[in-house]
Amino acid sequence: MGDFSLLAAYKQEFIDGFLTTLSASLLALVLSLCVGTIIACLRLSQVQLLEWIGTAYVEFFRNTPLVIQVFFFAMGLPSLGWNISEFTAGAIGLSIYTGAFIAEALRAGIQSVPRGQMEASRSSGMTYIQSMRYVILPQAFKIVIPPLGNQCVNLVKNSSVLAIIAGGDLLYAADTVSSQTFQINLTYLFVAALYLVITLPLSFGVNQLERRLARQS
Amino acid sequence: MKKKWLSLLIVAILAFTLSACNDNDAAKNSSLDAIKKRDKLIAGVRYDVNLFGFKDPADGMVKGFEIDLMKELAKRMLGSEKKLELKEVTSKTRIPLLENGDVDIVASTMTITEERKQQLNFSHVYFMAGQSLLVKKGSHIKGINDLKGKIVMTSKGATSGLVLKKLEPSIKLKEYENYADAFTALKSGKGDVITTDDSILMGMEQQAPKDFEIVGGYFTQEPYGLGMAKGNKELTSYVNKYLKDIQNDGTYEEIYKKWFKKSPPNDIPEEAVQKVLKK
Repeated sequence: MGDFSLLAAYKQEFIDGFLTTLSASLLALVLSLCVGTIIACLRLSQVQLLEWIGTAYVEFFRNTPLVIQVFFFAMGLPSLGWNISEFTAGAIGLSIYTGAFIAEALRAGIQSVPRGQMEASRSSGMTYIQSMRYVILPQAFKIVIPPLGNQCVNLVKNSSVLAIIAGGDLLYAADTVSSQTFQINLTYLFVAALYLVITLPLSFGVNQLERRLARQS
Repeated sequence: MKKKWLSLLIVAILAFTLSACNDNDAAKNSSLDAIKKRDKLIAGVRYDVNLFGFKDPADGMVKGFEIDLMKELAKRMLGSEKKLELKEVTSKTRIPLLENGDVDIVASTMTITEERKQQLNFSHVYFMAGQSLLVKKGSHIKGINDLKGKIVMTSKGATSGLVLKKLEPSIKLKEYENYADAFTALKSGKGDVITTDDSILMGMEQQAPKDFEIVGGYFTQEPYGLGMAKGNKELTSYVNKYLKDIQNDGTYEEIYKKWFKKSPPNDIPEEAVQKVLKK
């Protein structure tokens, strides 16, 4: 099915692409968790204005294409005088976009813990923060693990938008190599396998975590 | 766990069948007889290269030198230029689309190279270009000698980046999806210079002649050929005869003048491949 040795000549391109994809994904993962938590807090806030801001954020970034957001950070901002690298533009775009989904997952998780739990812990003398920390969040965490896992896997795959802004990720490497070797099927299959190298352990880890938490309760 | 392995196996089998499809199907789907039977010529053209194949934002029509060449071909082959169907291709997609038989012929500022000749059939040369550089006006880059360590932009699948990298290994290449994106990137300062054929750069320069200029002269010779599926001999010889006919009866000159405002050069060779000229 084609000649793998042709691809060996482009080892460096694949290694660079793999590392770029991996580091952009990791950076965006951490950032999007932070963004998601903050936005989820806004969404759950008792203050009307904060809740509106949170809702506006989620609805805007969840309902516009990631490609457009990333393109704006990569091409739009520099033309307004703020020059950021392709890597930064991609990581920011991914964090903001994924953050909106993570916020929704967290919000749903927290809200799915029955109201009575909060009332009970408050009436047994805990403060709001304490009841969140010891009663609500541990339960919510278990509920949000599967949707969070989904978002992480999606984030890794979505990092392929870097290719369209010349961000040097795995898919970009595949575009370059396939146009030089003309081995189109082979190159893209190989790169798909490299994505699996990142996403399969991630899925597996999330499943393990879910199972362990289920056993604890 | 067993299920997981099974699904991996299925993916592998699918992949194998996909890559086992062979080139002859494409040549058959796009043979001269097949085109005449279907009564429609499907041409892959560019939508992002001013003067050659460009979708005019004002009226949504695709226009250019190569579009007119394809219209004339459809007219002579099938009797009407309305029997031409255009499909957008980029440097990245044109060869796969030809190999799949999704387009019969590609007219997309494609340079004839030895490597590409292994993949597809080329017609005779219909345009002679040369690789050059486009910079923002006032840039200190005046030619290929000023490129040390600079960021050079081009389109994916084009040969221009590699050629320049060979001449000046210290450059950093950024390849975009198409030339429109590369031009946007130059405008917003993501790089120092765009390199590709002067004919394509000319179209970009014309969009904003106050802000951009072409510098450095030619450093390659880029003969453009129409691309057809490998092994599609009848169509290739038909197209070669067509190119000769329009050159003899003046149609070629008419179309050339319409787009480039000057007469075509007399010394376009029939057969040529990309050549890198010395700096």
